[in-house]
Amino acid sequence: MCGIAGIIHRDGSADIGAELTAMLQSMKHRGPDSTGYAMYGQPDDLVVVRFMLAEPNNMGGFGMDEKLERNRAEVEARLAKIGADLATIQSESGGYAFRATVRYGGDLKPLADYLEDIDGCEVLSLGNSLEIVKDLGDAETVHEQYQLGSLKGTHGIGHVRMATESDVDLASAHPYWAYPFADVSVVHNGQLTNYHVWRRRLERMGHRFQSECDSEIIAVYLAQQLENGLSLETAMKHSLDDFDGVFTYLVATGSELGVAKDEMAAKPLVLMETDDLVVMASEEMAIRALMGREVESRDPFEREVLTWQV
Amino acid sequence: MAGMNTKSGVVYDARGLVEPDPEPPMTAEIDGDSAVIDATDLTTRKINLELKRIVYDEGVNNVTIVNPGSKHSLGVGILKRCNITFEGSPGWYACGLIDGPEVQINGRVGWSLGENMMSGSVVVEGPAGSLTGAALRGGDLVIKGNVGARTGIDQKGGTIIALGSAGINTGFMMQRGRQIICGDVNDGLGDSMYDGVIYVGGKIASLGVDCVPGEMTDEDHEFINRKFDIYDLGTPPELQKFECGKVLHNYDALEPSERKLVL
Repeated sequence: MCGIAGIIHRDGSADIGAELTAMLQSMKHRGPDSTGYAMYGQPDDLVVVRFMLAEPNNMGGFGMDEKLERNRAEVEARLAKIGADLATIQSESGGYAFRATVRYGGDLKPLADYLEDIDGCEVLSLGNSLEIVKDLGDAETVHEQYQLGSLKGTHGIGHVRMATESDVDLASAHPYWAYPFADVSVVHNGQLTNYHVWRRRLERMGHRFQSECDSEIIAVYLAQQLENGLSLETAMKHSLDDFDGVFTYLVATGSELGVAKDEMAAKPLVLMETDDLVVMASEEMAIRALMGREVESRDPFEREVLTWQV
Repeated sequence: MAGMNTKSGVVYDARGLVEPDPEPPMTAEIDGDSAVIDATDLTTRKINLELKRIVYDEGVNNVTIVNPGSKHSLGVGILKRCNITFEGSPGWYACGLIDGPEVQINGRVGWSLGENMMSGSVVVEGPAGSLTGAALRGGDLVIKGNVGARTGIDQKGGTIIALGSAGINTGFMMQRGRQIICGDVNDGLGDSMYDGVIYVGGKIASLGVDCVPGEMTDEDHEFINRKFDIYDLGTPPELQKFECGKVLHNYDALEPSERKLVL
């Protein structure tokens, strides 16, 4: 059991960090292990790199501070070497997660691969507007730790996780960035039973996996479909036939947000749609936590794929 | 509260289980035979404790719960005839295990409305989530909007009426009782049903295993008209009847006593 939430403002920017926190905190009972956000702000020329250098579970070990310092210097050196001009870099509280902005016009895959070659480094997200923030604990804990109150954006998706198939750690936390595609992210509630088949298939195509979590498949699968030239909606429709198991997942790009439900409608989703605002969540109480009143909502049926433009 | 006793400071409920938070909040406003509970600042547990106090201990017959806020498991396990009104939407598992109450919900509900309900009625003005009337044993569920997937899964009695459409596997493994779905139904209608009847007004995406069309009789029309009259639902649409083909499950191999167990 996990909880997912998504929100799109079609009339401009809003306090997307605070809004997602309100929704995710109300669904804490669906997953207290970790909380994650994928938020989309105003795109600019700079590429936002969110990365981590260690698991929070491993912090405080012998020589860890020195190792983090060394690896951070290595990240900066490698960014310079590959031609990514560092504009800003800051460490989040906790010391293992970082946000950097770089001037970079090249291909994202070599950049991600080069950074992840550093021991313990995982690129959480890359893109012109995507910011993925995830950590252990409930939504308010993560909100405070990463100071999400100041984060503005047009749309975003979020996830509260109850770990069932893999570890309670940052690598297994959602959302997943669709490596190596800029600004594509996924959150998922459910279990995929043909995970190993698809993982082997995608690895042979050259994709990388950071975790043992079945949900990572969806992000990488969609990335591969986009690379093949399919639209997001078509790729999502194909996923209904390609994935076995039960799932409701949300996917976001710089300009779109979509939802797909499996053919048994085994995982919940409630949807509220107005001209300016589209909000969806695993449970209605999350939508109410945002709106603060009774709302008109509906439950999409099985095999529904819906997408919205920002 | 009734059924509770204390032993060395620990409070046990009627089942002998430790009850960590047994005190109702005493916040309801009671006016003669009616009462209003404002659920805004109360937890699920406190709302249900207060509801039980009013219905059982105070003997009030008309209770209104305002601001239910989509909280789960509201109004469950009420085993007495009374009228309960929700002004707003409860969440999942609303009115499960009830035996007697007549419930009016002026809003929508989440998953598993009226799970294992024994008798009484629940009328929902909006849509309902999946698993509506799961293991329903008696009474009527009336949903004026759409219902989700697996409506009346394992239904063992009672009636489910949906004025809207229904999702996949409606009436899955249904064993007795009736469903009236006025809108369309998705794939797998009545899949693996043992018995019971499903009436459908709209399009049927596909029938499930061992679900077959039946013939409408005068009794069917009388039943549908009677239910529509009771709940003031207007004129029923043209309905098709579906029932069990009785080839999937091999009842006749069972002894009568075993057969009773199955049902």
